[in-house]
Amino acid sequence: MLPDNLREQAVALAVEAFDAEAVKGGKYDRNELTLEIAPVKIASVCGFLKYDQTFVRLSTVTAVDRFPAEPRFEVVYHLHSIEHNERIRLKCRLAAENPVIESVTSVWRGADWYEREVFDLFGISFSNHPDLRRIMMPDDWEGHPLRKDYPITGSRV
Amino acid sequence: MSDLHPPLTEVEGEKATPRRLVLNMGPQHPSTHGVLRLLIELDGETVVKCQPDIGFLHTGIEKEFEVKTYQQAVTLTDRVDYLAPLSNNLGWCLAVEKLLALEIPPQAQWMRVLLTEMTRLNSHLVWLGTHALDIGAMSVFLYCFREREDILRIFEMFSGQRMMTSYFRIGGLALEPPRGWQTAVKKFIDEFPSRIDEYENLLTNNPIWLGRTQGVGFISIEDMLDLGVTGPMLRAAGLKIDARKDQPYTSYEKFDFEVPTSDRNDVFGRYQVRVEEMRQSTKIIRQALEGMPPGPWKADAPHVVLPDREKMKTQMEALIYHFKIVTEGFRVPEGEVFQVIESPRGELGFYVVSDGTTTPYRVHMRTPSFGNLQATSKMVEGTLIADVIASIGSMDFVLGDTDR
Repeated sequence: MLPDNLREQAVALAVEAFDAEAVKGGKYDRNELTLEIAPVKIASVCGFLKYDQTFVRLSTVTAVDRFPAEPRFEVVYHLHSIEHNERIRLKCRLAAENPVIESVTSVWRGADWYEREVFDLFGISFSNHPDLRRIMMPDDWEGHPLRKDYPITGSRV
Repeated sequence: MSDLHPPLTEVEGEKATPRRLVLNMGPQHPSTHGVLRLLIELDGETVVKCQPDIGFLHTGIEKEFEVKTYQQAVTLTDRVDYLAPLSNNLGWCLAVEKLLALEIPPQAQWMRVLLTEMTRLNSHLVWLGTHALDIGAMSVFLYCFREREDILRIFEMFSGQRMMTSYFRIGGLALEPPRGWQTAVKKFIDEFPSRIDEYENLLTNNPIWLGRTQGVGFISIEDMLDLGVTGPMLRAAGLKIDARKDQPYTSYEKFDFEVPTSDRNDVFGRYQVRVEEMRQSTKIIRQALEGMPPGPWKADAPHVVLPDREKMKTQMEALIYHFKIVTEGFRVPEGEVFQVIESPRGELGFYVVSDGTTTPYRVHMRTPSFGNLQATSKMVEGTLIADVIASIGSMDFVLGDTDR
């Protein structure tokens, strides 16, 4: 359901008209529009925003760990429309247990490395990703450093 | 071969083709400008496949943000893109100031514009020097570093540091602008346009330079947008996109400058765009210098900005604020922002999530080099091995910026 205060936002209305079940919520704060999207719908919503709403650029994909709250992870997408000079943030919430979300590499090839980074540092898996492996940490690294339960300092072995 | 390192290309596996050769370039190769590793599969001299391998400079800066107070974190941003430290400072400060809803006085804004454009010159000079060096024009490097030295001296004058300046702080500037800075900056920008002419004399009509750069490193606009490329690369393909014009910040809307573009879309086009950007930056610096408004250089926000030394020693209230800010830091209202600025390399975005405490909950940096580098494969596949150096040089990436 789209919150009532977002009824003035053309993009928010368009996404709701495209798929009412996809929109879980949203907010308009500090001149930035955030839409919360159901994780299973993310790829189709992104495709709609890219091809129908001129959000041709995927600026970045990242995640936030809300440990110990549940659902634990937020996967955050920042989109940019050059034509309308507009930015939008999409957010998907994932549970702590086996977090998986569909990859948006089918919409933007550039999502490749961003999703690999989120996979590497948060341990969130992306289905249908062409080449999902660690990108920053060594291949044999254990754990996911940007999770909140990962220690800040290590001990010497 | 262990399971950890499966065959990266078919050549290493069973389906080896005798003509194919895998070349490992980097991570210590001088022309990869840092620690980029490229795995290149060659057929004769033609690149069939190119796979960039990054992460050698990953230092966990985004994790480190989470245990620093907002003001302390300024020093971390310097170390991300170490060729444009002040651009990073600016992005970070703007993001946090947006969360705090802090008003920055005009003098601090103008000073930020002036120094950020100096940083752009600094970064473009290093790029031009090393890029020309890669292609074989040795002397340009020496000229560029001569001028860069002048810029670093000016930075030192302002902040006491040559590279990791940390001169922009949340709420304004770190220190009062030094005595005599106008003379130093004026001397530099009076001379600099003729220096750019000097570089252009060496390169723009040089047949070897033209031969090495024209028609090399082509990649279509559609591919670039798809892969996340930003900055001078897009502008060299004719797309006029610049955050300073599109989403003006720090009073950029009050400055008169052009966004240079080229429709060549090759290494030479990117060279032309960056050289023209240097001229435009000089223009902006001159306007900032001549129109520098008087007034305070830090915001009137006692709960965020440290009080003057004098006040701190004479007024109880100022002392309390000083103690609070130094020991605990300041609290930032809950929320999230995505602040975009135009760094010398392209779109630099700071995604800052605050939970209302004195340290950021999560910081993500959308760094331009990371997006640009992703286009490497697309750009060099199908071209000659000798052009790979020119192509990756024209991207102007910094590996600290890529790996964070």
